[in-house]
Amino acid sequence: MAEAAIELYRCSYHYDAHIPALREVSCTIPAGTWAALIGQNGSGKTTLAKLCNGLLRPDEGRVRILGQDIAGQPVSRIARSVGYLFQNPDHQIFAANVREELSFGLRNLGFPPVELQGRVEEALALFGLERYADHPPAMLGYGLRRQVTVASLFALRPPVLILDEPTTGLDWGATQALLSRLADLHRDGHTVVLITHDMRLVAERAEWMVILHQGRLLAEGLPRQLFARTELLARVSLSPPPVTRLAQRLRPLGMRGDSLSVEEFYREYTTLKATAFS
Amino acid sequence: MRPVITIENLHYAYPPLTAGAEAPPVLRGVSLSLASGECLALLGSTGAGKSTLCLTLNGIIPHLTGGTFRGEVWVAGHNTKESDPGELSQRVGLVFQDPESQLFNMTVEDEVAFGPESLALPSREIEARIHGALDMMGIADLRHRPPLGLSGGQKQRVALAAMLAMRPQVLVLDEPAASLDPAGKASVLDVILRLRRETGAAILWVSQDTDQVPLLADRVALLGQGRILLEGKPGEVFAQSSELRGQGLALPQMRELATHFNDRQGGDYAWLTVEEAAHDLGEVIRG
Repeated sequence: MAEAAIELYRCSYHYDAHIPALREVSCTIPAGTWAALIGQNGSGKTTLAKLCNGLLRPDEGRVRILGQDIAGQPVSRIARSVGYLFQNPDHQIFAANVREELSFGLRNLGFPPVELQGRVEEALALFGLERYADHPPAMLGYGLRRQVTVASLFALRPPVLILDEPTTGLDWGATQALLSRLADLHRDGHTVVLITHDMRLVAERAEWMVILHQGRLLAEGLPRQLFARTELLARVSLSPPPVTRLAQRLRPLGMRGDSLSVEEFYREYTTLKATAFS
Repeated sequence: MRPVITIENLHYAYPPLTAGAEAPPVLRGVSLSLASGECLALLGSTGAGKSTLCLTLNGIIPHLTGGTFRGEVWVAGHNTKESDPGELSQRVGLVFQDPESQLFNMTVEDEVAFGPESLALPSREIEARIHGALDMMGIADLRHRPPLGLSGGQKQRVALAAMLAMRPQVLVLDEPAASLDPAGKASVLDVILRLRRETGAAILWVSQDTDQVPLLADRVALLGQGRILLEGKPGEVFAQSSELRGQGLALPQMRELATHFNDRQGGDYAWLTVEEAAHDLGEVIRG
């Protein structure tokens, strides 16, 4: 396997002495993959993400990012490797205007002014934020505030990006726009970790899947293999997207039953039909 | 059947943020009606005015918001312009996306009792309503728990129970499952199904989850640019894929699959649910 972007080894974390948020979680996210981190609310997804960027430190266990143990590293150093998009945009927005919001991280990491400005202008353009550049971000609507936070992360372009439910509250059009920006980064070799409840999105995009349940690792692996384990998923109230469920329903009639997208289903169906008539 | 909600050519603009300025209208001529026992799913992208439309049904708009209001909204025979929001709240129950924004009592019981108590109903009647509402939402066992300690799906059931205790004729559900995890979503959709079957109330259900809409809605309307752009049975509305896409909405995945088949094989499939697709494709495969 290629180098790991994120490796957790028996990590535990307690917000409160009696209630563990994570219990001995070990998992690996290969570098350069588009990964999905899923599980119900309270399963530990956000806690895991915060262990990866040093906002929280494990009570026990080790975290390696791109091969390096981050135990002794300050948050500012880890930020060069891992960018984190908070679930709620208002938890990270604070600057007086959108341009400043996008510049903040870059300035902290010591980018020279010319490159800083170039990256900020590029991110403004990519996310359609040029005309809001001088607006206070806090005054924008939810969808735009979300775009501002994603644009800030995009300007930084760290090797590993962890996005905590970035599509919640966005409509389909805005979601597709965001995903295509992330696809560009992924194509350039960045590791993209998406925390999401959208199984259709996971099936269509993710190459790796980590499932948490009540603070423990339930399973990790290829989405195709994990979506096939319907009983395991049902036990934690998760279900595959409609097209996968359809393929599973048609398995007794000869479908393989593991289609993850409309295109894939159609290909398999036509192959099955062709074989049936030959 | 006589509609329980009738909206006629409704225009609305919020009051401007700065005096003298003019706020752009959010609703620009909405007409819509809804009968008792009917479930209408209202679709629309972020900022389309869905929540604004919901707030016109119990009179919060315009009575508490001000702004420029033109047109008519009739709810259970009352014109909202001439009715008091307090009185309308007995006919129209509203549940929002974020359950925490509407729970404020120390126990689930108090939360559900709050509405009936404010109507000064006899205590036996109040008890019957609490019992009935908790029972229908499947949360009788949570009665003495503090609402804030519950899961998202449970909180939303409490908000729904509090609404049901008022015995409204109209239920307005503004993306009640959107902020919940998959377990919470499933739990809320389950109770919407139950409300539809068992209360006979008219349900206006705002949702962006187009995979779920066909499972519950009798009718679908698309709000965009302040107007109703499409309206009809789920099959009719979801057949307008380019219009929906243009409004920034996802299609049901089964409808996408049907289009994929039709484009390549010249069929006229119109699936909205896994059931429907499995039925048709099963027949074809079996020959």
